[in-house]
Amino acid sequence: MSAIRPQHPDISDDMWIKVDEIIDTNKNTDGSIITVLRECQGTVGYLPVELIDYISAGMNLPNSNVYGVASFYSLFSMTPKGRHTIKVCTGTACYVKGIKEVIIRIGDKYKVGEGGTTEDRRFSLEPVRCLGACGLAPVMVIGEDTHGDVSADKVIDIVDQYK
Amino acid sequence: MEKLTVQTLSEMQQRLKSEFEASKKTYLLICGGTGCHATGSIKVKDALAGELEAKGLNEKVQIVETGCNGFCAMGPLMVVHPDGIFYQKMKVDDIEEIVTSHLINKKPVERLLYKDPVTKKFIPRHDEIPFFAHQMPRVLRNKGVIDPESISDYIARDGYSAAAKALFDMGPEDIVAEVKTSGIRGRGGAGFPTGMKWDFTRASKGDTKYVLCNADEGDPGAFMDRSILEADPHAVLEGMIIAAKAINSKKGYIYARTEYPLAISRLQIAITAAKEMGLLGENILGSGFDFDVEIYQGAGAFVCGEETALMRSIEGQRGMPRPRPPFPAHKGLWEKPTILNNVETLANIPQIIINGGAWYASVGTETSKGTKVFALSGDINNIGLVEVPMGTTLRSIVYDIGGGIPNKRKFKGVQLGGPSGGCVPEHLLDTPVDYEAIAKVGAIMGSGGAIVMDDRTCMVDMARFFMDFIQDESCGKCTPCREGTRRLLEILEKICDGKGVPEDIDLMLELSEMIKDSALCGLGQTGPNPVLSSLRYFRDEFDAHINEKRCPAKRCAALLKFEVDPDLCKKCGMCFKACPADAITWQKKEVAVIDKEKCIKCMTCFEKCKFDAIF
Repeated sequence: MSAIRPQHPDISDDMWIKVDEIIDTNKNTDGSIITVLRECQGTVGYLPVELIDYISAGMNLPNSNVYGVASFYSLFSMTPKGRHTIKVCTGTACYVKGIKEVIIRIGDKYKVGEGGTTEDRRFSLEPVRCLGACGLAPVMVIGEDTHGDVSADKVIDIVDQYK
Repeated sequence: MEKLTVQTLSEMQQRLKSEFEASKKTYLLICGGTGCHATGSIKVKDALAGELEAKGLNEKVQIVETGCNGFCAMGPLMVVHPDGIFYQKMKVDDIEEIVTSHLINKKPVERLLYKDPVTKKFIPRHDEIPFFAHQMPRVLRNKGVIDPESISDYIARDGYSAAAKALFDMGPEDIVAEVKTSGIRGRGGAGFPTGMKWDFTRASKGDTKYVLCNADEGDPGAFMDRSILEADPHAVLEGMIIAAKAINSKKGYIYARTEYPLAISRLQIAITAAKEMGLLGENILGSGFDFDVEIYQGAGAFVCGEETALMRSIEGQRGMPRPRPPFPAHKGLWEKPTILNNVETLANIPQIIINGGAWYASVGTETSKGTKVFALSGDINNIGLVEVPMGTTLRSIVYDIGGGIPNKRKFKGVQLGGPSGGCVPEHLLDTPVDYEAIAKVGAIMGSGGAIVMDDRTCMVDMARFFMDFIQDESCGKCTPCREGTRRLLEILEKICDGKGVPEDIDLMLELSEMIKDSALCGLGQTGPNPVLSSLRYFRDEFDAHINEKRCPAKRCAALLKFEVDPDLCKKCGMCFKACPADAITWQKKEVAVIDKEKCIKCMTCFEKCKFDAIF
């Protein structure tokens, strides 16, 4: 690697090794920057500015270009996330079936706004585009678990299981 | 693994078919779509496997995890083959009974069968349930039947025969001609004739050309493409091989939404298996034709469903559209001639090649041929995936297949085409599924999302919802879309907040027309459609919000009083029990009272009250 690894409290040595591997695998493939950002975010949890600069150097792309991509796509986050990400589907079917009330209820209980993270970094609340599971509307995904038919009065019981 | 040739493929098909016919096994086709996974189908499947083992039925009974069966709201679900018995909402605790009663004693477990919501009668057989009986599965012919992770299951159903025919017996012109004869039009929404698109790209000069599959199914309320990819990924790959032959392309990409992990993993399994067997890669089936496919995962941008934006995204740039011409047929991905087709379009292609374009065109209307897949959801009894012949009326989809509106509510409208589409009201429900007929009533065919809304849906709020989506997903490149949709949203928010003025309507109409005429891409040009369509059919609701400061559907919190009407209140206490803020006081035989100090306006009481007594 040409670039020197910057210090960052959220990126451990193991993570840096993984990041280097990701860059090495992809640096000669045209158009692979989205893949690199996805995998690096998967490793670190989010994309701190220092990491974006490091990736830019490794991929031999202008920082502005990589920052442009990272800020364009909603998958990428430049702020840290909570231990559990609550994805609430804001697709039409879920909206018709009352996801708005579900979001209000979660926000009220854990004092977290849409797109925000609770102070204790327990939860991030992320409204997402249609998850395509409209048959189960309203739908919420916590971590890897999909919860269907989550009415406002049931939702806290479900969310509270995630510590 | 040994690579297949056209000869050994055909032998393999024959062998698999005769093995299947000779088999006396019972097959348990358990749905493994995203919906059923979420409701616990994996645990049910494991329990089933354990129970079969315990009862010594392993030899006679085989479990097949299929792709999305389509009847998503009923999951986890299973069809027993060959009896055709359909089980729904199965739980782990039900498994022992199913195995003992059905598989050993041949007596189906009645309580887990489908019950008609109207007649209240049990309908045991899968093919007699109205939801399935009124459909015509062509694209979805393998859904719920094969294991999508098994390439031999697909081959046994004549899989890759169409690719073999296209590679050995047809030239590019023949393929294009057959697709033109079929009359198939792009299933992604715009409805451009597929044959013409292929012909332009075929004729376009260049050594390097690309076949792209658009699996960036972004319309909220649409899950057709996800279901196809989860249930029958090889059909899409086969369609791409045929397209590649038609334009002489060596490389294809499937641009898939990152929100669809299961579809992506099944596609990857399918691609790997096809490569191992010589159905993708170099010298496919010994024909000398090379074609390779790669999955490219999106990163959550709705606008990337637009063709030029999608190509920019594969190139690793911000997914922003560019003006056309030049069209992708001449300058597409990496500036090379490119065809981009939707998942459903490509999944249709193998059957068009096998059965002929004329066969395909025998179903449908004058200008819209074949079948269309819809994702039916919202306030409807039978939520799920529906494939009907073009020409079927929307009424038939909502009532015959969808089973009507639950909870004795009234139908208000069906939203077609997602945020770019429009809402079709009750009096136009006899409109047939046809590109032109649907456009005439102010909606679009779109990719197939059909969201049914009952009388509790506020159309002003829905217009606001769609506009919020559009303005959030606007890429910001062109001013009409970036600024215009933002202004439209502000006006709609104002109206929902009870601050609307009568002039707002004309302002919205003027702004909408301007955005339609001047935006750069399809996202912006169709962006104002939800506003225009709601104004066309539900003007009275806008007027009520603006002039009377009243939300007739009782959805806009700012226009509600949060009071109980003592005449309508049945004193049941449902609102009291549901209130999360303890803001309601109630005692038996007394009208409930809402304490406005404590009320957080979460609307739960409105949802719970069956008598519309809260206003």
